[in-house]
Amino acid sequence: MQRSLLAFYYGGSDTKIRARMDLIDRSGGRRTRVLTMLRRDESEGANQRLFIYFHEPSDVRGVSLLVWKYPAKDDDRWIYMPAMDLERRVSANDRQSSFVGSDFTYEDVSGRDLGDERHRLVGEGSAGGRACYQIESTPVGASSYARRVWWIDKQNYLPLKEEYYDRRGGLVRVFSADEVRSIATGSHTYPTVTKRTMKDVRTGRRTEVTFTDVKYDLGLRAADFTERSLRRPPAAWIR
Amino acid sequence: MGRRELRLPQLEGWLAVALLWLPRLGAAEIDLEWHPSALGIVSVRTTGLEPPGSEGGAFLRAEERLWLDATARASTMDASAHLRAELVHDSIAGTLAFDWREAFADVASGPWDFRMGRQVVTWGVGDLLFINDVFPKDWGAFFSGSPAEYLKRAVDAVRIGFSSNAVNADLLVIPFFSPDRLPSRRRFWQFDPTGGAPLPTVHPATGLANTETALRLYGQAGRFDLAGYAYRGFHHTPGARPGGAGATMFYPHLSVFGLSAQGPAWDGILSLEAGYYDSRDDEDGDDPGVPNSSWRFLTGYQIAPRDDLQLGVQYYGERMEDHGAYRRTVPAGMPSAPAYRDLLTFRVTRLHYQHTLRLSSFLAYGPVEGDLLWQPSASYAISDHLTIAGGANVFGGHNGPTFFGQFDRDDNVYSWIRYDW
Repeated sequence: MQRSLLAFYYGGSDTKIRARMDLIDRSGGRRTRVLTMLRRDESEGANQRLFIYFHEPSDVRGVSLLVWKYPAKDDDRWIYMPAMDLERRVSANDRQSSFVGSDFTYEDVSGRDLGDERHRLVGEGSAGGRACYQIESTPVGASSYARRVWWIDKQNYLPLKEEYYDRRGGLVRVFSADEVRSIATGSHTYPTVTKRTMKDVRTGRRTEVTFTDVKYDLGLRAADFTERSLRRPPAAWIR
Repeated sequence: MGRRELRLPQLEGWLAVALLWLPRLGAAEIDLEWHPSALGIVSVRTTGLEPPGSEGGAFLRAEERLWLDATARASTMDASAHLRAELVHDSIAGTLAFDWREAFADVASGPWDFRMGRQVVTWGVGDLLFINDVFPKDWGAFFSGSPAEYLKRAVDAVRIGFSSNAVNADLLVIPFFSPDRLPSRRRFWQFDPTGGAPLPTVHPATGLANTETALRLYGQAGRFDLAGYAYRGFHHTPGARPGGAGATMFYPHLSVFGLSAQGPAWDGILSLEAGYYDSRDDEDGDDPGVPNSSWRFLTGYQIAPRDDLQLGVQYYGERMEDHGAYRRTVPAGMPSAPAYRDLLTFRVTRLHYQHTLRLSSFLAYGPVEGDLLWQPSASYAISDHLTIAGGANVFGGHNGPTFFGQFDRDDNVYSWIRYDW
């Protein structure tokens, strides 16, 4: 269990991802967000620092978010808007709120803590043509879902499929990993989900995320994830 | 209304274009990004009352803007240049003007950051309430429906930043003074002690003695962001002094010292800010043409109780020093401001349809002076390129000419549409 969590969210000690997020409504109308995300782990599986920079669309271009994630308490979050040179802290009490209007939540993007759910292995199955373990997890505290069933790849422990159910047992959201690639960096190879989809079953909406560039082990330092980088991201980060 | 003027950009604007080429110095290659946008905005007064000598009748605003946002980044050194050039057609005044909203170059080296040129600077932790943010504002734009960023005017400055693990610093040196842009008398009803005749206004002459400097020291203590501020410069709204035929408007000297803190509390974010305004030209408080020194503070709390719903509340207070001296020297017939005045603000924001529809309501009410501002607004992103918005500015106040109350007859509704390529 811990291995899956680690592979999906904490692959490598740091990572830089350029992603395109397509929000598709029921009638096929498409809105696109392009962002760069940098992540650094403080120590394996514990604290994390995230930096997100938006390239598209126009009204959020240059907006950056800084998140300091802690396992047991609320995140510290800051937002910077360059048009007004405005930097402020953002309330972060709800990790299950939608991430920039998509069908993914903040929690989906930055990772759920092991202790937030009770887990049990319910068997084996397959997803995307790969042999998987099937796990059922129930959130411990208040949550937007009652339980989720997910399938992790037996070989690389990446979650390939997830189903979220509400209190009445209805299916709410479905996650699928559409493409998995092995990203090689120096001496390590990290299996990475490079294309993923989250469908909102009730509204017929879905969000497709494609990683157009992934890099690991860049040697990012904790000191890089501060207000200075929020206001003036280093050129190497946002290229 | 037929005269067309084309105001040419200032010298520093052309300097900024030159700065856009700065990364070429020593850089192997440059990434250049540019994005044009267009905006049309109209604001109409709903009270049916037009100020004397009004320029636009019921229209407070009717404007088309075309602008270009360009950024050049060097690949081998950490340097970049950014400019935002705007062409504005004011349909009411019949003018076509070209302006640089932003034009600056950034260079970073070790713990140092430099930004030179025309730039927007925002400090402090208030939501539309400014204590340690001593940088110029455009109140006319703000009261007639402009997109939020137009409340802040850019400054022509050199900004030097220093970062370390303990304390960070931000120093601003502004050699060219820019005052607040107040709502035009020919568009807005407002309190006008001069009875309509515009008075000559003297700006601080550009020079070393008149260069504004502002310093911010900031860091973290626990989970709170703390900052200390110091400013030496001028008030950004004019005072008056005897001169010529009657009086002359001028910008009195000002120093501001303050502190702020922002961090998590309960389930939301708590903000605190305080500042002392030292009106250096009137230390005794007995000059009627110059504001008295004052103490200001604000506390704010912001929370997101549900997905896509944000709430914010603030309380602001301002205490005038030497109020007795002020009362004794207020000219006959002029209103007398109280020793203490305050503001309570409420903001509600809701997001719908994958964050494409944004509904917001900002209400500011002054319990002591009884004046009020309400700004409901809605914006909708029709696509990734096209956005429409609309809203209103509602002013109220019974107790004489207060900051919001003086615009009571200027209640307006506005709408704008923006296209981004």
